[in-house]
Amino acid sequence: MALLDIRQRSGYLFLAVALGHILLISAQVNSRTGVPVLERVTSGVFGELQRALSGSFSGVRNAWSGYIGLRHVKVENDQLKRQLAASEVALQEQRALADRTRGLEKLLEMREHLPLKTTAAEIIGAAATPDFRTVTLDKGTHDGLRADMAIISPAGVVGRLVVPSFRSAQVQLLVDRNAAAGAIVERSRAQGVVVGGGDEKLSMEYVSEISDVVVGDIIVTSGIDGIYPKGFVIGRVEQVEKNGTAYKRIVVKPSVDFSALEQVLVVTTPTPAKEGAVAGVSE
Amino acid sequence: MILAVVAALAFQTTLARFVVRGAAAIDLVLVVVVYVALTFGPTTGLLTGTFAGLVQDALSTGVIGIGGLAKTVVGFLAGIVGTQFIVANSVPRFVVFFGATALHAAVFMGLYALLDLRHFGTPYAAVAGQATANAVVGVVAFRLVELLPGAVERRRADRSRLRR
Repeated sequence: MALLDIRQRSGYLFLAVALGHILLISAQVNSRTGVPVLERVTSGVFGELQRALSGSFSGVRNAWSGYIGLRHVKVENDQLKRQLAASEVALQEQRALADRTRGLEKLLEMREHLPLKTTAAEIIGAAATPDFRTVTLDKGTHDGLRADMAIISPAGVVGRLVVPSFRSAQVQLLVDRNAAAGAIVERSRAQGVVVGGGDEKLSMEYVSEISDVVVGDIIVTSGIDGIYPKGFVIGRVEQVEKNGTAYKRIVVKPSVDFSALEQVLVVTTPTPAKEGAVAGVSE
Repeated sequence: MILAVVAALAFQTTLARFVVRGAAAIDLVLVVVVYVALTFGPTTGLLTGTFAGLVQDALSTGVIGIGGLAKTVVGFLAGIVGTQFIVANSVPRFVVFFGATALHAAVFMGLYALLDLRHFGTPYAAVAGQATANAVVGVVAFRLVELLPGAVERRRADRSRLRR
């Protein structure tokens, strides 16, 4: 009996802890619409409740607006006309603002490139779980490091800074499953996106079937992602295959030996694409 | 329990990469969770799994709670297995560690795939490798813990027997 009680208690505890985890996960995860799942589910549940309540009162409201509320139609009509006039003025203002933004974009394109500034950092830790390919650096926000800064080494691109703390920072290696970088084939200038696979290989995706890519080609960063500066070596093409009708499947061997990394360089100069984005936001 | 988890995490994040190349494939924290669950039962197993998983999640770049839930499930079920079956020999222990790693991978990768956050492709070979490595480490750990407490006394007894 006591054993049964203990088992039941651990079962209840398990359910409670599992529910807690699900709520915790839901609070962080965005749905496809960009809204957190918990918010979406909560909103959905309350939405149904509101729908039921709203339905109950809709009959009364319709009667009110259809008969007694008719008296206010003329007043409402005048009010709507004034609102329409104000909206037309606002639209003109928005058009003028858009023209100004286009002019600024042209100016940004013309601006000359600045040399990169880097900070050396040492790797002090690896990932806490084998499912993520991350490393910890011995420098953080105290040393001027910020999220999304590019991490490079003399051999090539290492990854990007994802979680900066005061005196340390976590770096997502380019071989992590969620890592990606805009890339081009150095010889033919064919563009694509290099993504990590969780192992020691990378793959270059979205490369057109008609692009000129051969085994041995060097892949470098394109700089369009706003994180990695243009022209840094990612790796060398190891395998090229057909992948469906539109794209090639390209396996890339990274130029960096991620298992032997000890020191890296953090690029503290914002890339042109990121600078443009920041300027756009600040305006 | 907490000390064991912290020690495993410390080893996983610092020493392991210096000791063995490719050691990152072994999930030492999971080994500790299964060990605790088999030794102390489902309640301790699930609580250790929760703590260990949440700490790992917090130290990773993923969603906090997914690793926690995976290790909670594994800790709880390994604890149940430990109370229902005799797992005092190396072979059953190997099977439990292997199965626990496979279950952990299924829950962990399944949740990430379900939420469309990470895609793992066909990870069967990688999971099988990790499960085997975890199982070997787990079985060795069990043997070491069982042998170590009496080792000094046994050595003294052997010496005194030789003197006579």
